[in-house]
Amino acid sequence: MSDVSVNIGGIRMKTPVMVASGTFGYGPEYADLVDLSGLGAIVVKGICVEPTLGNMTPRTAETRSGMLNAIGLPNPGFEGFVEKHMPFLRQYDVPVIVNVWGRTLEEYADIAEKFDSVDGVAGLEVNVSCPNIKEGSGLFGTDLNMFRQAIAGMRERTRLPLIPKLAPNVSDIKSFARTAEDCGADAISLINSYPAMAIDINTRRPKLANVTGGLSGPAIHPIAVKLVWEASSAVNIPVIGMGGIMTWEDAVEFIIAGATAVAVGTANFVNPLTAIEVAGGIREFLDRNGMASVSELTGTLET
Amino acid sequence: MNLRDVTVIEHVEVQGGYRLLVMDAPDIAAQVQPGQFIHLQIPDLRDALLRRPFSIYNAENNRLSVLYKGVGVGTRWMADLKPGDPLSVMGPLGHGFPIAEAGGYPVLVAGGYGMAALYIAARESRQKGTAFFGGASAGDILCVPEFEALGWEVRVTTEDGSLGMKGIVTDAMDEWLAQNRPEGEPEYFVCGPSGMLKAVGERAMKAGTKAWISLDNNMCCGVGACLTCVQKIRTADGAWEWQRACREGPVFECREVIWDGEESVEHRTSNIEHRTKS
Repeated sequence: MSDVSVNIGGIRMKTPVMVASGTFGYGPEYADLVDLSGLGAIVVKGICVEPTLGNMTPRTAETRSGMLNAIGLPNPGFEGFVEKHMPFLRQYDVPVIVNVWGRTLEEYADIAEKFDSVDGVAGLEVNVSCPNIKEGSGLFGTDLNMFRQAIAGMRERTRLPLIPKLAPNVSDIKSFARTAEDCGADAISLINSYPAMAIDINTRRPKLANVTGGLSGPAIHPIAVKLVWEASSAVNIPVIGMGGIMTWEDAVEFIIAGATAVAVGTANFVNPLTAIEVAGGIREFLDRNGMASVSELTGTLET
Repeated sequence: MNLRDVTVIEHVEVQGGYRLLVMDAPDIAAQVQPGQFIHLQIPDLRDALLRRPFSIYNAENNRLSVLYKGVGVGTRWMADLKPGDPLSVMGPLGHGFPIAEAGGYPVLVAGGYGMAALYIAARESRQKGTAFFGGASAGDILCVPEFEALGWEVRVTTEDGSLGMKGIVTDAMDEWLAQNRPEGEPEYFVCGPSGMLKAVGERAMKAGTKAWISLDNNMCCGVGACLTCVQKIRTADGAWEWQRACREGPVFECREVIWDGEESVEHRTSNIEHRTKS
């Protein structure tokens, strides 16, 4: 039987299918339904240094083949997270990747250093691209110079694997991918949700309190496949592909495009077992095609 | 909480666009507490992905039922569900109604199909009190015989006067409170539109009695992961924090809830505790 384990910048995963930040809480929300140890990795919801309130409601809106969200990264802050959620997460045999963010360059560097000494953290995914934070964070994902400074600053302060999560709304994804690699990132993940909005025509008000939000779900899958293909052609570090995966076929597209691993996001809200089922589908696909490991499929797009 | 593929046993129109959906779901049905909900995946609704939350109307003899009105994209599609069809159900979810306090006088208040969320609470309550059902017109008043059969006195209000007293449900409540002095302190169990929840809550607070209100916030994941359905909830020190309608709720005591537009109080950040429920 094919081996579906993968290594992402030193993080060894039993399967190439992770759950994406913001769609799986901190783990306990789905623990009744999903064997957390069967996931490739758990990427927890974004954490910054101080506790944060997030946006007002409504925070999400369903759209055709997807959904908008503008949750605004509410979180208990570094100390609150480590105290309340890490003891739970340490019980499971699964890599815990903490998604981290900041409002300033200093905050990015500080949060990286703080997590450096936390037991049970396998790596940090760097959220430079949340479309719903007004101060700073959005620009760290779209301004190449700010992006470089954020990642380089974090690299100096932590030994943990660093995985910048790239914004899709840039003119040249390859330059962000290369910059991440140049700054010492261990992998990159993409894409974050795509900036978007929806309007209630009867009230003429936006459907989100934040006015705009991020589009996720199958509506963005083809956009994500294209960006993963471009980004992976520009770097040698592993790429984690995400955006609208509902089935194992969607995930295999990312792998063929160049991804070493993938993450399931919005689909968790529909079927929390998606990541487990997708991993099974990938294994069977590799078996059927006589491939011994995921790496034999990664980046095999024929053009 | 379970995630199960269940089978539709019965799907019938009760009256005027209201439908009863009965499913064979033994392990979910066995766990249901009053005021909880289930999260349904509507099959083949390809471009509307998300699950839909439904109050549980009844759960007995391995069966789970919901009572709903076809109002949106999802519920319109559900009209085609027929016996034998499979359906993916997650549940039971949320923290529902407490058991009525001994020595008190329980009062149910329902707007629209809100009575569906109160039926199990009505059955489980040892004392049977008065139930106020309000709707736009006679066609919106459901389940009166069912509640009467459980021993409740049902008082009906319709906005057009086509059944019961003309007016809104709180008019009937006010009149009843003015004329009656029930034995024991009234304790309210409320489900309906937010304006009604607020109005009943205000009366309860004024009278110094309790009102348990079931919030109808928009939900996405249903289990507490996405933080879509958060509600401002008053903390012991007079500030507020977000709590999740799907996990800590949907039922809250009216004093806990801070409504939109209320004088803002200082917030406490994301102090969500992960209570575990079997």
